[in-house]
Amino acid sequence: MTEPAQDSYQDGNALAGPLREIFAVDVTAAVGRCVHCGLSGPVASLRVYGPALGMVARCPACDEVVLRLVRGPDSAWLDLRGTVSLRIPLPGPGVPDETGEGTA
Amino acid sequence: MGFVSRGFRGRPRDEGVKLPPGQYLVHDFPVLSAGPTPRVPLDRWEFAIDTEDGRTHRWSWQELMALPSETPTVDLHCVTKWSKLGTDWKGVSLDTLFADVESSAEYALVYSYGGYTTNLPVEDLLDGKAWIVYQFDGEELAAAHGGPARLLVPHLYLWKSAKWVQGIRLMNEDWPGFWETAGYHNYGDPWREQRYQGD
Repeated sequence: MTEPAQDSYQDGNALAGPLREIFAVDVTAAVGRCVHCGLSGPVASLRVYGPALGMVARCPACDEVVLRLVRGPDSAWLDLRGTVSLRIPLPGPGVPDETGEGTA
Repeated sequence: MGFVSRGFRGRPRDEGVKLPPGQYLVHDFPVLSAGPTPRVPLDRWEFAIDTEDGRTHRWSWQELMALPSETPTVDLHCVTKWSKLGTDWKGVSLDTLFADVESSAEYALVYSYGGYTTNLPVEDLLDGKAWIVYQFDGEELAAAHGGPARLLVPHLYLWKSAKWVQGIRLMNEDWPGFWETAGYHNYGDPWREQRYQGD
């Protein structure tokens, strides 16, 4: 029997820092890959319908939905199920975090 | 004494109109789109009702035209806050289409040419509450408004009235559709202002 890997994951709070950094950049420069047809290209090259009822970004090659963004009065909903991943240009890691969090 | 003349209060037929909360009146017919407009030739058009046990009932365009039609006049309420009153449609009641469909499913997922989906309880499609419409204002339904045929469920926000309707899947479990999985309300009653999840 294999013991459950109880320490192999963290809860969603671990995403807070990384996501804050990601969404502070201009995501339209990020390069994504369409789940449906495999085309790669910058988010800025998608065909965006909307803004109402929401922004629907479709692949310029196959017209399938790559990204959806709905802005409600107190929430936004982001759906990225149509993209394999986003490659987001970022500067180098730079100076280590002064708090030392996450280091051994 | 008011300083605003009657001319600033809208057309006479707007006066005394009761709208759902948060809505305003329009007299044009705005078009909102989440993708390219599908163009479906009538000789390849088909409407289907798929039951929860795998049976499919199909209608060609000619078969739909041969069914008894109705001419509902209804008010439309879009979740983006415009309402259009007294719109005239022609189409087939879902009661007619469901007449020979044996099903005990409680949920429906409506699907469209072009990939759009929306969900609603089956009971909201029956008892004179919904139609498959193919004429608006005496003219064949324009593609921009969902032609050749769209669902019309006027007691719910207009995103439930799926344009370019292709079929209805009957299911034992609720399956949220295109906008319902992206923050919009699962039911969408304009009179209870059910715009977003949690409303």
